Amino acid sequence: MSKLIDQRGDEECLLMGNEAFARGALEAGLNVAYGYPGTPSSEIIENLCHVAKERNLYVEWSTNEKVALESAAAASFAGLRSLCIMKQNGVHVASDFLLHLAPSGIRGGMLLIFCEDPGALSSVNEVESRYFAPMIEIPLVEPGDFQEAKDMTKWAFEISEEIKHIVMVRSVTRLSHGSGNVKFGTLPDNLEKGQADFKMDGPILDPDTGLIFSTPVIYKHQLQQEKIKKVREIFELSPFNTYRGPEKPALLIITSSICYLYCKEALSILGLEDRVGVLKFGTTWPLPPKLLKKHASLTDKILIVEEVRPFLEEHVKILAAEMASEIGIKTFYGKESGHLPSVGEMNPDFVISALCKILESNNYVGMPSDYEKKVGMLTSTQTPRRDLTFCPGCPHRASFWSIHNALQLDGRRGFVCGDIGCYSLAILSPSCGFGTVKTLHSMGSGTGIAGGFGMLRPFGMEQPVLAVCGDSTFYHSVIPALINAVHNRANITLLVLDNGGTAMTGFQPHPGLKLSAMGQETPVVDIVRICEAIGARVEIRDPFELEETREAINRFLEDEEGVKVLVLRQICALSPEKRAGKRYEVRIDETVCLGENCGCNRLCTRIFRCPGINWSREKRKAVIDNVICAGCGVCSFICPSGAIKKEEA
Amino acid sequence: MKKMQLLRDPYNIIITGVGGQGNVMASRLLANVLVNNGYHVTIGETFGASQRGGSVMSHLRVSAESLWSPQIPKGRADIVVALEPVEAIRVLIHYGNPGVKVLTNSRPIYPVGVIAGEMDYPSPEEVRETLGQLSAYALFIDATDEAIKLGNPIMGNIVMVGAIVGLDELPIHREDFKKVIESSLSADKLEVNLKAFDIGLEKVKKRHWGDLKDISIN
Repeated sequence: MSKLIDQRGDEECLLMGNEAFARGALEAGLNVAYGYPGTPSSEIIENLCHVAKERNLYVEWSTNEKVALESAAAASFAGLRSLCIMKQNGVHVASDFLLHLAPSGIRGGMLLIFCEDPGALSSVNEVESRYFAPMIEIPLVEPGDFQEAKDMTKWAFEISEEIKHIVMVRSVTRLSHGSGNVKFGTLPDNLEKGQADFKMDGPILDPDTGLIFSTPVIYKHQLQQEKIKKVREIFELSPFNTYRGPEKPALLIITSSICYLYCKEALSILGLEDRVGVLKFGTTWPLPPKLLKKHASLTDKILIVEEVRPFLEEHVKILAAEMASEIGIKTFYGKESGHLPSVGEMNPDFVISALCKILESNNYVGMPSDYEKKVGMLTSTQTPRRDLTFCPGCPHRASFWSIHNALQLDGRRGFVCGDIGCYSLAILSPSCGFGTVKTLHSMGSGTGIAGGFGMLRPFGMEQPVLAVCGDSTFYHSVIPALINAVHNRANITLLVLDNGGTAMTGFQPHPGLKLSAMGQETPVVDIVRICEAIGARVEIRDPFELEETREAINRFLEDEEGVKVLVLRQICALSPEKRAGKRYEVRIDETVCLGENCGCNRLCTRIFRCPGINWSREKRKAVIDNVICAGCGVCSFICPSGAIKKEEA
Repeated sequence: MKKMQLLRDPYNIIITGVGGQGNVMASRLLANVLVNNGYHVTIGETFGASQRGGSVMSHLRVSAESLWSPQIPKGRADIVVALEPVEAIRVLIHYGNPGVKVLTNSRPIYPVGVIAGEMDYPSPEEVRETLGQLSAYALFIDATDEAIKLGNPIMGNIVMVGAIVGLDELPIHREDFKKVIESSLSADKLEVNLKAFDIGLEKVKKRHWGDLKDISIN
């Protein structure tokens, strides 16, 4: 049984931030949860799936974030407590619906938990989605540790239901994927499935029984602003806004989210706890002005610590300007003043350095200087960079190998528009992708961009245009771009790298699979039939069959007309079935490998770069590392001498 | 349970390796044992695309008092446990100090740039020299080789967890570890994982404490 429901109330256990969010939702009496996988958010839905049966939940991996939010809203409209989960860019995908949902209002409590990735540890952006809160006028809360991730989720449900307005909950990677002690509260006893009923027969504008829509716009906007006014009053008294420090601090730190722990650490290391105070806001929009006034009145200097953009900083400054006649003029430090970096992740060292600068104390040394010198001398040549690359046995390495060879053979400077998934790494030539991928943006954009390129022939563009997408990305947002390309007669080739699941984020199911998030049988929505119905020419290949794949790509490139789709189907090397055992034992026949004397110029290790093949300096030949090798056998096709042998394992 | 005083509070452990080596599992096991024993533990780690062939790192903060930042400040690691030797060096660049203790698996995983011949991977002697110079002591353990003998190289992470416990720096006993894996592993995997743990534990316990620098345990 999952520890999320196994533990009794009052017990303390180690929870990952994402588990704490899930537990908080369960304690709030959650009924339904929807999401689209994306690091660092995915484990919230996964954990809820594990307890769905016991807790009478409905949990779904939706096709994309906008659909997830719409589905979650429907449950709220029917009176259920509903949760929607996504990573930072998901909010941008869902934002069109969000901007209409905010004025339409909701019924059952509804949260949007979005997990951001400062420093882009697992993203191609480090965008701030907090700005949606003031832009669309939605309350925003930010838990400061693992316990608060649980407690604030429960609390936010109550507020949402009270004001009938969606509430946004922000997490960041270090909270979602970090872990810490969490004391459990109680789970509601009533395990009856929530009763869903959509009341829509009352007076049109009645919030509980009328229609649910965003018009009349001015009237609804007014109502929405009244809700925000009310929530501001609630936030004034929130137990999640805390102050620690002296009565009259020499400097006031204002912070939110996991940065609170960085501030605590910095003050402890510098021994400044009795000189510097920390005002931690759990409720970051709208900010509670009275609380801010109380603390800002007692100091002249304010340092604002947050990641990524100066969101809190801007809103604190606006309020401080409005209150200036009462609280006096403040000096602000933070991202805008240059005391803290304006990009990337925050950490305790950045806070330490800002504090030292502001308080003009330079005696802190993180690392003794003689040690640091030794580090510099000894390590500079001893830590070879570990570039990201496809896993051993990854079908993508094989696919891009064939794409590369097809483009070389074609010889017209063809290129690939990349997309979001593990195969995004293909833009990192030479460690991945063999230099084929030339653009990379958002989910589904590879096909959209390719379609655009594919219509430029009247302007003299002669290069063949390809796009790649994964299976989950195909359902998420490739389909409209593909329809556009067919309808407008673009000339492109789309390669669907179908590896049997949403692989990068941990194998979440998608509409192409037989099982749903909750493990129930579900109809398969077939990629091939969709593409055919749209009007594309479709073929399927196994990317491990390098020559057949290359040949199919070349044929598609030579075909001057229309939209061609090649589905390259081979399951991810990290899938449970692949990990169960190797298909082949692979070895180098040293009597055949000519090593450095071969004209191949180390094709297997220098170009193909599977981590399972090493180069032995002693033997001056290739060697297989059997601990790393996944046994896919693809490398046996690439050696021009035929020295890489494979046998069924 | 009565809490033992830690050598330092917070006590900082970094577990590092290459994506896919079981870094996250090792950090969770240790942390669960410590939470069961009454301590506050914060783990900072990342997983996702960053794992694909890349360096991974888990920060564990152990405290009798409270939670700490999920990122350890510069120069403040107490123990570095590396599932891959060059990753131990990489961690010391930012988190090392003269008192840090290093436990490392001796088996390299070569970065693709090394495989391709664009970069050099240090020799075992160079790794030994550097880790010895930058730590109070560095212990080398053939964790992967031991795990292969047990049937699966992935258990190298459990051998290393045993090795940490063998250092006797943390308030953890074999029984505490056993209790945690009993609740997280299926019965058929339990015995072999306990074996892996014991191998790591014994290797470190039986070491000869003469010159603590640069000890190799094979």
